[in-house]
Parts: sequence; structure tokens; C-alpha cells
Amino acid sequence: MFASCSDPSALNGLAWLMCYLTSGKHLLFYASFGTVLLLLAVTAPIALLFGFGGAMAARSRIAPLRWFGGIYTAMVRGVPDIIFFLFVPIALDQSLEWLRSRVYCDPSVPVRQGNEFVVCQAAKLPLSTAAPWVHQTYSFTLAVIAFSIVFGAFAANVLSGAMNAVPRAQLETAEAYGMTERQISRRILIPQMWTYALPGLSNLWMILIKATPLLFLLGIEDIVYWARDLGATKPATFAYPHPDWRLWYFLGLLVFYLLMTSVSQRVIDRIARRLSRGQATMAGEVLRHEVTQ
Amino acid sequence: MKRLLLAAATLALTAGMGAADTIRMGTEGAYAPYNFINDKGELDGFEIELGNELCRRIEAECTWVRNDWDSMIPNLVSSNYDTIMAGMNINDERRQAIAFSIPYTPPPASGYVGLTADAPIDGVVAAQTGTVQSAHVAQSGADLLEFATFDEAVAAVRNGEAEAALADREFAAPLVASSNGELSWITGQDNLILAEGLGVGMRKSDTELKARFDKAIEDMKADGSLDALITKWLGDKAETFAKHAAAQGAAAPADAAAAGTAPTAPAAPATN
Repeated sequence: MFASCSDPSALNGLAWLMCYLTSGKHLLFYASFGTVLLLLAVTAPIALLFGFGGAMAARSRIAPLRWFGGIYTAMVRGVPDIIFFLFVPIALDQSLEWLRSRVYCDPSVPVRQGNEFVVCQAAKLPLSTAAPWVHQTYSFTLAVIAFSIVFGAFAANVLSGAMNAVPRAQLETAEAYGMTERQISRRILIPQMWTYALPGLSNLWMILIKATPLLFLLGIEDIVYWARDLGATKPATFAYPHPDWRLWYFLGLLVFYLLMTSVSQRVIDRIARRLSRGQATMAGEVLRHEVTQ
Repeated sequence: MKRLLLAAATLALTAGMGAADTIRMGTEGAYAPYNFINDKGELDGFEIELGNELCRRIEAECTWVRNDWDSMIPNLVSSNYDTIMAGMNINDERRQAIAFSIPYTPPPASGYVGLTADAPIDGVVAAQTGTVQSAHVAQSGADLLEFATFDEAVAAVRNGEAEAALADREFAAPLVASSNGELSWITGQDNLILAEGLGVGMRKSDTELKARFDKAIEDMKADGSLDALITKWLGDKAETFAKHAAAQGAAAPADAAAAGTAPTAPAAPATN
């Protein structure tokens, strides 16, 4: 990065460290923090949406929809995450490519040949000739979908539990006022369920933060991948040879994850306080006393 | 019928390729000096330079793709990339799933690394998952401790988690040399031939691509440029095709059965 770094072997001490920490590989490492944050920022709302859909489906009066909701939560929660992270992107990618191959390729050629999945060049997604960033965005999108499906199933379970936890008396009162079922859902059930859902959702958020190293399974280089690579023993063939420094890199990641989770915890506490206002719960009771005193 | 399908598939593939022939090459990027990410953050190493040269010779446009070792073959067969050049040894188990080019290195040697030269190799032995080395350890009756990368396997020996690690010689040699005597090769177990050599992995249906790679590798072997690359990246002591052929020529009359073993290891026991 700096001109003085052109010959690392001549440097020592702090100057060496400065150059080392600003090498091209380290810049990629720093950028991967952004990848992880972006994944969290994109995945969390989508997973919540999936969860909401799943929970509503599980409560639905229409039987097939109810079955779908039940099967979705039961199946995804019962299968190890790692299998889903391998299965969902590959299955999605192959089904999209299969659809494209029916349009762009000779349909008489089977896409499955033995254990191989082969489509013609024109049906590839993204095309082999596409720029690297297109491939990266594509695999990132697949990763987001996989994460959302898995965490959505957990969220669905949390939300449907929370919906059941809303006191029946509240809903009955609404019925007595003559609200329709839809109005009860929108005005009473959903606004009140969040306070019951928050502990479960905050758990999920914490797990999601810690699950990001699974990204490398999907071909996305995340912080753990780079820390492992950078920390590994570098023999003299590298410009910056050093012994096994993984401990220090992982220590850095530890600090990062702790920072992430502690900031999250603070935000969650604030939200919890806000949601407890006027609720018939212990936390709501505490708030009421604070106001009256 | 099968042949007809194959012909149709090849036709469809070649028709699709046309002028802009782009090949996506999968590699691991964590296996110096074969393939690694250099300090600039770019892919570098023996296989990267060799792969680029092969691409130039077969007149294809190549882009490199980094992929985790564990999902290397699944992602190839599902067409996420078209070739594997990731220090992958050719063996019969892998041949059931994918096709290989002719080897671009002579049969590589593996060796047990321990804290002392007489460390036991039948206790806890570390190796990278899904490698010829881990298969060898599993067969040898030792307790196999698997790691995602070779580097971690060697690190496990350093911190006493494993008594020995079985690793590729060219990969482990710089680690042993720069360890200031902490690590050493285990006597008599430092030159095992476990595979036929490294090859370019391809889908079985890509017969046309395999023919092009085979020809390019054969050409590079013949004009000595492959040996030059091996010496450049793996060091002067590394086994080149020229040395291998010379040694084999000398050994062949004496013992035809030993043709598969490296000449520098007369003491290497035939464990399997």
C-alpha cells in the first residue's frame, strides 16, 4: 500500500507490522467484515419475513397452508443447518439452470449425466464469461436465501409460540367489540406478540451472527476464512513470513463477535423495554410502576 | 444409445463454446506452494502458473475460482467450475466421480512429520480431510485426526494434539525447514508414494476438454517447461519428470514392480 513497503524483507519492527497489516490480503480480510455485516443486515429482515409467513401459515384456517407451515418449520428445524446450507444453494442453482436449459439448450440432451449436472454454456447461471463480481453476487444471494430459509423456520416457531402467548382475554375483548378476525390479528395479536417473541428472536439473531463462518461452504470468503489463512504459518516463500499466528487472528475475531453481540444485546434491551409498555407482563408491570412513582 | 447421447452432449457443449471459450478453474488457495493467496491477495503458486500456461496453450480464456476443499468435487460435477487444479492427487476413488488429465507432476511423496524423528505413527495421526494422506492413515490403523487444511494438521502436531501428521512432502518441507528443529521428518516414513501424481480434475462428460489438457501437458513435459515450473516452485530437490524418467529407466530392469515408487526411497516400506 505504502511505497516503503515495496521490500518487506528490509523492514522490521513497527514499520514491518504496518506494511504487513496493510498488505493486499489484509485489505481483503478487512473487506470481509463488510461482507458479514451485509449478510446479517440482508438476512435478518428476510428471515423474519419468512418466519412471519411460516407462523401465519401454521395458524391458517386453510388446511394445505397450515400443513405447509407445519412441514416447513418441522423439516428445516429437524435437519442440520449445514445440510441445508449445502442443499439449498445447489438445489436452487440447479433448478434455475435446468429451467434455463429448457429454453436455451437442446432439450433432448439430459442435464443429469451420471453424477454430473451439465447444461450448455448459454444456460449457465451466471454465464461463465460473466465478471467475477456477478458470480460473487450470485453466490451471495444464494447464501442469503439459504440462511433465510433456515432461520425463517426457527423464527416461525418463535413467532407462532408468541402468538399463542398473547392472553386470550385480549382477543376475546376484541371479539366483543365486533372486530373481524383479520382486524384482531392486525390490531391486537401482532402488536402484542412481539414482547413474547423478542427473547426467542434475540437468541436467533445471536446464533445468526455466529453462523456466518458457514459462508465459506458456499464459496464466500468470510472473516474466519481469512483469519485462518492469514494466521497460518507462512514459510519464507511469502513476502511476510511469520510463525503460526492464528491465535492472534482468532483473538481479533473473538473481540469482533463479542462487540457485535454486546451491541446487539443493548439494542435488544431497548426494544424489549419499548415493547413491554402497557403489557400484562412482569416487565410491563415494572414500567407501570416507574411511570406512577 | 449411450454413445449417441455422449456424442450429442459433446456436440452441444462444443457448439455452445464457440469462439469465446471460457474455462472456470477451481482451486483451494490454501496449499502453498501449489496454490495459495499471496500477500497481495492474489492467487499464486505452481498450479496457478501452470494452469495459466495450459490455458494459453489450449487457447482458452481462464478465470480462477476459489473453493473450499471439502466441496471441491461436488461443485465441479454440478458445473460451478470446469476444472480442478488444487493439488489433487489422481487415485481410483476420485476417478469414480470425475475424470483426470494425465498427471502434471511425478507421483508426489508424502511423509510423516513429528516432534521427534522417532515419534510413533500408529498413535494419533493428523491429516487433511478427504486426501490420499487421510485415507492412508485410516488404513494404517492409527487414530486419524482430520483437519480442514494441511496447515492445521501440522499445527496439531506442534501443540501435541497429534503425535504425527501425514502431509505432502513439498508442502510440509518449508514448514519443517523453518521450524528451527521443532518439527522433523519421521525416520523411514518420510517418502511414501500414495498416489499417481497431481492431475487436472474435470467432469467425465468433458472428454474434449480432457483431450486438450492432456495434449498441452504432454507438450509441456516434452519441451521441459513443466519441469522448469516444478523446479521454480517446488525447489531444486523436487522430483521432476526428467529425473523420474531417468530413475525409472535405471530401476526398471532390476525390479519392474518398483516402477511406481520414487527412486529416492529405497527404504520406503510398502504399508498398503
